[in-house]
Amino acid sequence: MVDKNQKRIIIREEYCMGCRLCEVYCLVQHSKTKNIIKAYKGEYPKPQPRIIIEEKGYLSFALQCRHCEDASCLEACITGAMYRDKKTGAVLCNEDKCVGCWMCIMVCPFGVIQRNRTTKKVASKCDLCLGEEIPVCIKNCPNEAIIFKEME
Amino acid sequence: MTKKTAISEFIVERDKEKCITCQVCCRMCANDVHIHDIETDEIISDSNKCVGCHFCETLCPTGALVIKRNPSELKINANWTKEIINDITKQAETGGVLLTGMGCDKPYPIYFDHIVLNASQVTNPSIDPLREPMELRTYLGRKPEKIEIKDSKLEIEIAPLLRLETPILFTAMSYGSISLNACIALARAAEEVGILYNTGEGGLHKDLYKYGKNTIVQCASGRFGVYKEYLEAGAAIEIKIGQGAKPGIGGHLPGEKVSEEISQTRMIPVGTDALSPAPHHDIYSIEDLRQLIFALKEATRYKKPVGVKIAAVHNIAPIASGIVRAGADFVAIDGLRGGTGAAPKVIRDNVGIPIELAIAVVDQRLREERIRHQASIIAGGGIRNSADVIKAIALGADAVYIGTAALVAMGCHVCQKCYTGKCNWGIATQDPYLTKRLNPEIAKNRLVNLLRAWSLEIKEMLGGMGINAIESLRGNRDQLRGAGLSDTDLKLLGIKPAGEAW
Amino acid sequence: MRLEPDRDYRIPSACGIIGIMSQNGERFNGELAIKAISCMRERSNGLGGGFSAYGIYPEYKDFWCFHLLYDKENAKSSTEDYLKKFYTIKKDEPIPTRKIDKIQKRNILWRYFLNSQIKPTDYTDKNEEDFVVDTVMFINSKIEGAFVVSSGKNMGIFKGVGYPEDIGRFYCLEEYQGYLWTAHGRFPTNTVGWWGGAHPFGILDWSVIHNGEISSYGINRRYLLNYGYQCTLFTDTEVIAYLFDLLHRKHKLNFEIIAKILTSLFWEEIERMPEEQKKFYLALRITYGSALVNGPFAVVVANSNTMVGLNDRLKLRPQVAATKDNFVYIASEESAIREICPKPDRVWLPKAGEPVIGRLRN
Repeated sequence: MVDKNQKRIIIREEYCMGCRLCEVYCLVQHSKTKNIIKAYKGEYPKPQPRIIIEEKGYLSFALQCRHCEDASCLEACITGAMYRDKKTGAVLCNEDKCVGCWMCIMVCPFGVIQRNRTTKKVASKCDLCLGEEIPVCIKNCPNEAIIFKEME
Repeated sequence: MTKKTAISEFIVERDKEKCITCQVCCRMCANDVHIHDIETDEIISDSNKCVGCHFCETLCPTGALVIKRNPSELKINANWTKEIINDITKQAETGGVLLTGMGCDKPYPIYFDHIVLNASQVTNPSIDPLREPMELRTYLGRKPEKIEIKDSKLEIEIAPLLRLETPILFTAMSYGSISLNACIALARAAEEVGILYNTGEGGLHKDLYKYGKNTIVQCASGRFGVYKEYLEAGAAIEIKIGQGAKPGIGGHLPGEKVSEEISQTRMIPVGTDALSPAPHHDIYSIEDLRQLIFALKEATRYKKPVGVKIAAVHNIAPIASGIVRAGADFVAIDGLRGGTGAAPKVIRDNVGIPIELAIAVVDQRLREERIRHQASIIAGGGIRNSADVIKAIALGADAVYIGTAALVAMGCHVCQKCYTGKCNWGIATQDPYLTKRLNPEIAKNRLVNLLRAWSLEIKEMLGGMGINAIESLRGNRDQLRGAGLSDTDLKLLGIKPAGEAW
Repeated sequence: MRLEPDRDYRIPSACGIIGIMSQNGERFNGELAIKAISCMRERSNGLGGGFSAYGIYPEYKDFWCFHLLYDKENAKSSTEDYLKKFYTIKKDEPIPTRKIDKIQKRNILWRYFLNSQIKPTDYTDKNEEDFVVDTVMFINSKIEGAFVVSSGKNMGIFKGVGYPEDIGRFYCLEEYQGYLWTAHGRFPTNTVGWWGGAHPFGILDWSVIHNGEISSYGINRRYLLNYGYQCTLFTDTEVIAYLFDLLHRKHKLNFEIIAKILTSLFWEEIERMPEEQKKFYLALRITYGSALVNGPFAVVVANSNTMVGLNDRLKLRPQVAATKDNFVYIASEESAIREICPKPDRVWLPKAGEPVIGRLRN
């Protein structure tokens, strides 16, 4: 049951410009150096953003893990690496436990989990930027096409 | 085939150290300036196409882009400037009328920048707007000359008036020249602040009917979208005779821009050109105008003020006087610096007179004829900040129209390419890829912020003058002084030179 | 118009004012006003003082009494030639004065009792009073060196450069008996005073004394221009006098309403009123927006039947009022009132925009 005070990312596709700045900042946030120039030019392999941009014609929007109430990935995970954070309600992946079986990727109805191409063979997805006040994709969207709001 | 020789206005400078090839600029430029080369994984910028709107520079996450004026210089020539040479070149290539957007950018004198304001000291205390009430409320419309009282009751009927919480309105910008999102932002901001916005000649989109209380509907020469419900939806009706950016000529919205929604709002077939003729073809004299004014009043049962918008030209004083006598409840004057979505460059830059002089002579003339109370004056055309608002009101206007300032608040960088329909900021375009970029909520908040900031500044300046109600500033030219103006300028403006006391 | 040192430059006023009225019409001499105004000596700087008195010429009460100030002899003859064209001069004489060290008399002071020769059929849109106003405007603006100090019936204004109590003695005011007296002492911010610039300012039987500076002068003046009032003196006081004349004599509004025009209620206050009242005050403010007087002021305006004291909307200048029996007092300071009336029945500070009105009972 999603707590009334927990916030989720709400998508407003009518305002998305398709600029992909959310993707840029997601990558930087999940890099080692957290510095935009070093993350893009200095780190090898390149860090992976956890956000997927869907586009068709002039319609576009940013899609990331919905942190579902009824998360299929949580059930499908064979090692228990997928767990739910009590405070934020986010579904997170403990990379130490993940064995890279990729069952979660198969069952995710939104297709927002990706194979991590950098170091280990783990599943990579949105973690609501744990530790930050507000996820960086939302903070940096120039048109407020994604917002952070309590679920009603 | 002769090669194009017009020099591009801007160059795009990219700092290669900072560029992370995120390709945001490539995706976002509607003029296709930035292209990503897959082989070299580098971004190449074609400066020839750049219009200087700064959208890419604003979005670039590392600040790698700088848009500069092209330093490629011709021999210095005060007479044959780069711009003039370019214009001739373009006309030699195309044989067409050069178009442009926004307002006159030529260095004609800006009288606002030569007028200074008073402050009270010692003999008259200045008023602190944080301590005392400071009233900006303004009523526009036809006012009675005097009150008739019988048995302590009011005998006369006051004509319908428009109420503004601050003496600033959003000027006419048609749906068609700007996007629907921009119109929604203006309508919502007008509602929140307690002022009005103007539909322009594009008619009223059905989604905007709910903001009717804060709308002035315009009846222009093309009569686009004018029908019964439209007239009844607004709080007032404005007959557009002319506008400051292009006095004397009509308007043209190319057929490519007439989409389904525009076609419904303007009530013309999809894909046809929307032509606004130069004169209203049923107004060829002042008596014809009187006929139209009263036709509109009859149609709306005399419940709404009906006004007329004219461009500031040489004979503005007698024209305004005639309009007031023809029955208009307000006269909107648009000065030389007024903006537009599309106009021939040569007309925008050369036809019309500055609004400061227009306000002064119209106000004086109406007072001399003792008809000043019969109509309100709304002045527009280059109002850039709250000081301009105060100066315009002190010269004699009841309220001001802002256009360019509102667009700049929403993101516009005045690149003057509105007529291309490729506005990267999503304002002067109908392209669905681009109109999404203007979030009406964000734009509305920015407009409200602008008006709030200006209103506070106006209150501070009023308090400084020892005035606590805007009525006492209207037409009060003693609070102004001219700095560096000629005797004739001072005489026309009706103000004294700085240094002279009362 | 020759530039007189302070004639042609607008001087803001800081000052002391006093108004005394017997509502029963009992006449008393000028000593009372002199005593009260001398109590407020510190409010003046000796560059202007004046008095207005009503009921002082009972034997000529049906004649227009013009008090004239002349710089030189030919101004006097030009004016008299002009007056003779339209009026019969019943009597004319110098205004009696006594020699006072501190008052340097540089002008010719004369008074005329006139009968106008115009008949009602001569003008269709004007009446006799409008005609007298036109006469005064003409003399003041067109005849060099001549200035009409007062132009009412059975009243007169006496003013000059000096402390008001000295001016009072100079004009021998203790010898006049009137039922309404106002007095004013001036603190102008200029070095040389001009006799005509002192207060009270008068037109017809109006007299205005004023402590303050009007920030809305620029628009009040232009508004009055529409109705034919020329503000030739560059003093704020003029606009107040003309506004009263316009609103009371021409637009026939009573003094309570005039007070609400000159010191309009705030929009917020109007919003809170019941519907009928709200409509009335909205209409009032919308119609007379250009007559709103902004800036600090405390005035006492008088005519043959009334004395009105009024403060600006924020009460930025002092004004105290008092009553005893049928007498009404309005002054800048309570001490001035107590000097002449030690035990008033009631003393109060009028609120901003609230008029104090004394009326002659018939």
